[in-house]
Amino acid sequence: MLNLRALFARQEFIIFIVLVALCAIIAIINPTAFLNVPNAFRILRACIVIGIFALGALMVLISGGIDVSFPAIAICALYLSTLIIVDTGIDSVPLAFALGGLIGLALGLVNAVFIGIFKLPTLIVTLGTLNLFRGALLFFAGSVRIRLSEVTTNFADATRWNIITVPAARGEASLHFSILILLGLALLVWFILRYTMLGRAIYAIGGDREAAERAGFNIVRTQFFIYGFVGFLAGIGGIVFGILAREADPFAIVGTELDVIAAVVLGGASILGGRGTVIGTLLGVLLITLISSNLVLLGIPTEWQRFVIGALIIIGVGIPALQSLRRKVRHTQLSGAV
Amino acid sequence: MANVQASPGKFKTSDAPRLSLDSLIPRDTSIIRLLVITIVLFAVFSLLKPATFPTPINLQSMAFQMSEIGILAIAVALTMISGGIDLSINATANLTAVAVASVITALAPATTTDAGTAATAVTLAIVIGLGVGFVCGLVNGLLVAYANIPPILATLGTMTLFTGIGTVITEGAAIFAQDRLAEVGNGKIFEIPVPLIIFLLIAVGVHFLLSKSRFGFELYMVGTNPQASRFSGINNRNVLLRTYILSGLLSALAGIVILGRTNAARVDFGESYVLLAIMICVLGGIDPAGGFGRIIGVVLAVVALQLLSTGLNQVFFDNPGANFFRQFAWGATLLLVLLLNYFSARARQRRITS
Repeated sequence: MLNLRALFARQEFIIFIVLVALCAIIAIINPTAFLNVPNAFRILRACIVIGIFALGALMVLISGGIDVSFPAIAICALYLSTLIIVDTGIDSVPLAFALGGLIGLALGLVNAVFIGIFKLPTLIVTLGTLNLFRGALLFFAGSVRIRLSEVTTNFADATRWNIITVPAARGEASLHFSILILLGLALLVWFILRYTMLGRAIYAIGGDREAAERAGFNIVRTQFFIYGFVGFLAGIGGIVFGILAREADPFAIVGTELDVIAAVVLGGASILGGRGTVIGTLLGVLLITLISSNLVLLGIPTEWQRFVIGALIIIGVGIPALQSLRRKVRHTQLSGAV
Repeated sequence: MANVQASPGKFKTSDAPRLSLDSLIPRDTSIIRLLVITIVLFAVFSLLKPATFPTPINLQSMAFQMSEIGILAIAVALTMISGGIDLSINATANLTAVAVASVITALAPATTTDAGTAATAVTLAIVIGLGVGFVCGLVNGLLVAYANIPPILATLGTMTLFTGIGTVITEGAAIFAQDRLAEVGNGKIFEIPVPLIIFLLIAVGVHFLLSKSRFGFELYMVGTNPQASRFSGINNRNVLLRTYILSGLLSALAGIVILGRTNAARVDFGESYVLLAIMICVLGGIDPAGGFGRIIGVVLAVVALQLLSTGLNQVFFDNPGANFFRQFAWGATLLLVLLLNYFSARARQRRITS
């Protein structure tokens, strides 16, 4: 029999219920504006970039770290790739993704060196590299916004690579192909976390570093993988961001780091490491996106967005904290001692 | 409960808050290093830009700029020493500024010319502002100490929540303080900027609070080893609660200073301040893992970063990218100091073992 109690104890399930309930409420109050395909496409489109970043943030959180440098990596990847494409004249979308991924990987490995080899605290290191990367980009590479359509044709054209297009009230609404990138990467991360030794190592390091080391996991190598891969994800996310926004704006993205982490945490990942799932993360991203784009359909003014998100985060992290507290109390009562 | 009167030297030697004057003389290496860096920065920029850098006017403008972030950094430092962190400092500061500006605008609008009314309004506004900071800190403290939520998460949530409340109140617009707080943000006493005086008073106050009071001793104990401190009779929860309240109050003061300088309260002001304040703390030798660090280090780090920022601005005077180079230099400095600390710690270890 399905264990209902265990199901309800999972934050992924709770957030799923919240998501469904919120959708139901919006659908009842404002069915015409909410229940239509263009609106669904809009919500999904808004999920893509934050979703890709969130997958990276999830891996780092599971391993017990925290990374705030990914927006800087993403914008470096996008801007430098665009510059390279413009300079070389090789105007190709696959090249853009390859360059973005490589630049992201390289910058992610810089984090890995500090974190893996020098064993420095992750938040502080990535805080340093966030400033270093973004400052270097703006100072050395440039601070001028590049409109893709003015300098490229193929790369700029990727904005219109849609899978499905439906007629909407004004013009038409489309689902962009990059949703497939998000889904593909989500599958990849899910597979790594769930079915590979590497995934086990990531959970193990986050759960108990000492124990993981004794169990024979190579911590430095695992951390190199994590931060390199997260850099790669950030790079891909940066390119997607550029395609969707039709421009390479060196001032974009940075500043969203804590929002992304909030979405992942809302999805049930523990900031102390060792816990978190891809499904939960995607649900967290969907919930945050839904709140920021569709709360207004409930007649709630947009000014309330941040308030609602903040309250949700506190409730979302408060419930498991209180649950574990209660468990601990029960545990000590049972064991009788102390 | 046993009388845990402070004799911290028994517990920690390197950063022991002593009860004597020589606690002001930096003994641990990271603070000496920071002092050297600060002096070198000042010397280098003075040599590069002798006409504009070491001038009273420039020193004054640097003092204005560094005070707000300095106060916020001290707020973060307290929570870091306790083993936590406070990401909501800037949100608290902005919410305070919104509250203060709203009260001033309501009680003494621009049309009010009566000095007495204005003074009452400002006083009341500041009291309410500090109350806002107190409540914000209290919420953080309750979440961290009593709901057992990891500080980084609790304050990430309240950061969003406080900003959210501010956005609801202001509807995203700026609220003006009718220039009634200008003395706090832009004033000078004997040519010394008022924000600097506030910052230094806070720094000295918190320094003595940490080194002389029982609270300070307990704070270091909780940050070093919460288990041990609980077993030695310290009420960890109470210490944490007070720490976050103090952080909230200091953030509120920073908010009032910012409002005084800018005359406008905005909920989205200075979003980069949070990460910058954390960076300053780490540069200043506060251990993010808790239990270690001194306020004098934070003050030195604030000064060093300000020298670096202003100096680079002057060196790159004609270059519009000066701001960006500054960000680059901040990041590089932070990573460099981390590496220096790492290698000096390793060298020390090797000396001890050999």
